[in-house]
Amino acid sequence: MHLEVFAEGNSFLHKLDPRIKILSLTVFAILCAISKGLLVPFLYLLFSLSLILIANLNLKELTNRIFSANFFILFMWLFLPFTYQSNPYIHLGFLKISLKGIEYALSITLKCNAIILATIALLATSTIFDIAHAMLHFKIPTKLVTVFFLFYRYITVMHEEYIKIKRAVLARGFNPKTNIFTYKTYAYILGALLLKSFERSEEVYKAMLCRGFKGFFPLLDHFKMEKKDIIFGIFICLISILIFLFN
Amino acid sequence: MHISEGVLSPPVLLAGGILTLAGLAIGLKNLKNKKLPEVAVLSSTFFVASLIHVPIGPTSVHLILNGLVGLLLGWTSFLAIFLGLLLQALLFQFGGLTTLGVNTFDMALPAVICWYLFRSFEKKENLKLSFIGGFLAGSLSVFLAGIFTSLALYFTEHNFISVAKALLIAHLPIAIIEGFITAFVVTYLLKVKPEAIYE
Repeated sequence: MHLEVFAEGNSFLHKLDPRIKILSLTVFAILCAISKGLLVPFLYLLFSLSLILIANLNLKELTNRIFSANFFILFMWLFLPFTYQSNPYIHLGFLKISLKGIEYALSITLKCNAIILATIALLATSTIFDIAHAMLHFKIPTKLVTVFFLFYRYITVMHEEYIKIKRAVLARGFNPKTNIFTYKTYAYILGALLLKSFERSEEVYKAMLCRGFKGFFPLLDHFKMEKKDIIFGIFICLISILIFLFN
Repeated sequence: MHISEGVLSPPVLLAGGILTLAGLAIGLKNLKNKKLPEVAVLSSTFFVASLIHVPIGPTSVHLILNGLVGLLLGWTSFLAIFLGLLLQALLFQFGGLTTLGVNTFDMALPAVICWYLFRSFEKKENLKLSFIGGFLAGSLSVFLAGIFTSLALYFTEHNFISVAKALLIAHLPIAIIEGFITAFVVTYLLKVKPEAIYE
């Protein structure tokens, strides 16, 4: 399972201190999420697009990602223009389209994509383990970070187990359809997977005990914050605030 | 379905964030070091399970399984669901970081509610009752998640009412499938590893 598609890279953003990236994204995302109208979200979108350009990512992966992340937004577009209760309306045959509805949907679309692009540019360019490490610096409870670390570590393992079981089921001629038998089969696949995870977690716990686990993992490498990290962080926050005040 | 970035209003986002923080705090308090790997690996499995697509008519849906998470993890469901959604937001940009609180709460509170309601149903001596309890937990948790998600939309903007209704209706068939799957998984686990069901 190849999960961290965008974390491999050599751009300026890839090399930045993850702590700075998390902080600046937080400022950006919150301000963008609470902004209103069309102009401000549009400026945020331009800003995050320029960040994406700096990150220099695989374009095909990027467009795939943006399309699938916009699924919910598409769902909103199916309803909002036709059901928004506000004048003026345009009449298209039997359809009554509210201009306000279109404006609202457009605003949501801009905001959503601005935050998605900024998240890809700032967070997806770090590895999950670096992000987990940075979480510790932000005083997020060690227990939560430890669970996060193990959780991420064992996804690939459990996915391999799932692939094995699925292969065995398919080899026996399983053909998924809309019926109880199919759901029962999926449930038993899941049950088997859960049994394996209980067994696996016992092994993990024993291994951790053998190594003297006391509730946290000791850190081996440390982040180094340089001048360029701080300047970049201030730059992102300042621009985010300036755009917000633009209204 | 997870609500995307940029849709909800600041008060709804804030309320979701605060409620999820409270749930996470209770979850972490209930989590002993000894159980830590178990919760982590189960969360991984639920993450993998949520990638499984189950056929329904001409299309397919992915599993949510928050009812089953509730029955297996109790209050620590908040942890499992929060981490799953955090990772989805980081890796696939589904849902999002600003909506993480609302989305976690929408799915984790139903999990905890179903755990309180149906945990007493799960006995290996009475598999029929366990099956019924599993079905109710699986379907009610998805239905409640649909209601909470719709309410989050409705509180943001009353004009979202039609989207909210459509979302709730879309949850109904999924609720039934999840009910059956949860019921089968629960009875399976009671037969082979009864201690798996969280006391």
